[in-house]
Amino acid sequence: MTKHKQSQGIDRSQTVILLKDLYKSFGELDVLCGVDLEVYKGENVVVLGRSGSGKSVLIKIISGLLMPDSGTVNVLGNDVSKLNSKDLQALRLKIGFSFQGSALYDSMTVRENLEFPLVRNLRNLSAAEIDKAIREVLEAVNLEQTMNQMPSELSGGQRKRIGIARTLILKPEIMLYDEPTAGLDPLTCTDINDLINEVQQRYHTSSIIITHDLTCAKSTGDRVAMLLEGKFLREGTFEEVFNTEDERVKSFFDYNFIQ
Amino acid sequence: MSSSPREYVIAKWIDPAFTELYSAARFVLRFFIEVFQPPFEFKEIIRQCYEIGYKSLPLITLTGFVTGIVFTNQSRPSLAEFGAASWLPSLIAIAIIRALAPLVTALITAGKVGSNIGAELGSMKVTEQIDAMEVSAINPFKFLVVSRVVATTLTLPVLMTYSAFVGLMGAYLNVHLNELTSFTSFFQSAFSQITFLDIYASLFKAVVYGFTIGIVGCYKGFNATQGTQGVGRAANTAVVISMFLIFIEEILIVQVTTWIRTS
Ligand SMILES: Nc1ncnc2c1ncn2[C@@H]1O[C@H](COP(=O)(O)OP(=O)(O)OP(=O)(O)O)[C@@H](O)[C@H]1O
Ligand SMILES: [Mg+2]
Repeated sequence: MTKHKQSQGIDRSQTVILLKDLYKSFGELDVLCGVDLEVYKGENVVVLGRSGSGKSVLIKIISGLLMPDSGTVNVLGNDVSKLNSKDLQALRLKIGFSFQGSALYDSMTVRENLEFPLVRNLRNLSAAEIDKAIREVLEAVNLEQTMNQMPSELSGGQRKRIGIARTLILKPEIMLYDEPTAGLDPLTCTDINDLINEVQQRYHTSSIIITHDLTCAKSTGDRVAMLLEGKFLREGTFEEVFNTEDERVKSFFDYNFIQ
Repeated sequence: MSSSPREYVIAKWIDPAFTELYSAARFVLRFFIEVFQPPFEFKEIIRQCYEIGYKSLPLITLTGFVTGIVFTNQSRPSLAEFGAASWLPSLIAIAIIRALAPLVTALITAGKVGSNIGAELGSMKVTEQIDAMEVSAINPFKFLVVSRVVATTLTLPVLMTYSAFVGLMGAYLNVHLNELTSFTSFFQSAFSQITFLDIYASLFKAVVYGFTIGIVGCYKGFNATQGTQGVGRAANTAVVISMFLIFIEEILIVQVTTWIRTS
């Protein structure tokens, strides 16, 4: 079974993400009903939950892509819903968002994908600096050889890693991973899990990792939170969360490990 | 809770129609605000102009040329009946420059470029590429929408002028083969009836149509939903709606130019 994560470098005196009593519904559908969450500096928090439980909605709210109906979202000391567009942009530079479907720009090569956020946000970089940054993130995700390929030529796992590289290039303080291992084989999953931990150590990021893959949760999470019926019902270390008689939580665990 | 047929119609059709109209109006307004705000995406605009212009060129050449030839062929008998065959060149010039070139160019580009923009932005939307731009602090509206709308608005007058030229060449070829008219005398008599108002009005039309094609394509693509199906729908409705609007604009602009011409 997966070895346990050694948590280190977490500073519990500093909160980077603070969610309080968050509500969000789409028409008749109530997705989030009172979500509270706190992420400390340097910490990887795993959010578990069934498909459609609102995990993606949650991190879209954190990055300001969606607005909550009520409740507060505080990221790095900023109340996201109260920011003007300029401050929101500044905050977004500090947040890396790895999308569920990678969301690589499919009309651009890997290199152009990586270059795009960099040259558009820091307009006075020299060609050498850009080149260095690209090589550095490609090396971090171990995909130097794909530099001139198109996204359509990459495998699912490679796309995920290039997507992560594209967010790393802006040196974010917070990483939001949406299902980083969904649809990948177990070995590639292990690679991605290692990458997530490596990013945490190397770039000193705090992260929220969304997944329904318990191996991923166990090996990357310093803390695990389980989203059920629009709320975080259980929260703590991996063992604490699953050491329960609650059927809804247990069935989630059983499904993942007894197959 | 029972609802009367009237309430049903309002809830099902009228409300959504106004919501759609409101969001479209906001989209257009946002374009006019952002188009004048630096930084300007010159490189992207030029790239789009090239894409749009270059890709439509073969089709515009073909349709322009065929329109010129066919229109000449079809007009000859009726003019000859009135003993006015010598008016053929100027009739053709008026028809092509005032009406056919702008309309044919607009409809061809609506079909080719409008659907392309709708599908391209639509697929970027449903695969979250637009969200990805947004979260990396890039303004997707400026980069994707403003550049494309500016490009179609600038490119359409050029395409229209080219189409008129090709159409007149087709007409000349037909007239030359049938009536043995020389190149200079054909174009002299062709342009004898054309005023600056005609040319300005046509260029203005082309600008309006170009804007329409760009903004409708972008609006539909940018608001695409529901996966791959939504992409197809965005491309499709972009074409239908922009053609519809082009015809309405045509009627309005023709009314105004006729009014200016006669007063
Ligand atoms: N923009 C939207 N408009 C309307 N409904 C939405 C929107 N985004 C999400 N939803 C709905 O909210 C619910 C939660 O969606 P979400 O994408 O957060 O699920 P998820 O937990 O990420 O699931 P998965 O594991 O399948 O990715 C779904 O029922 C979805 O239909
Ligand atoms: Mg999701």
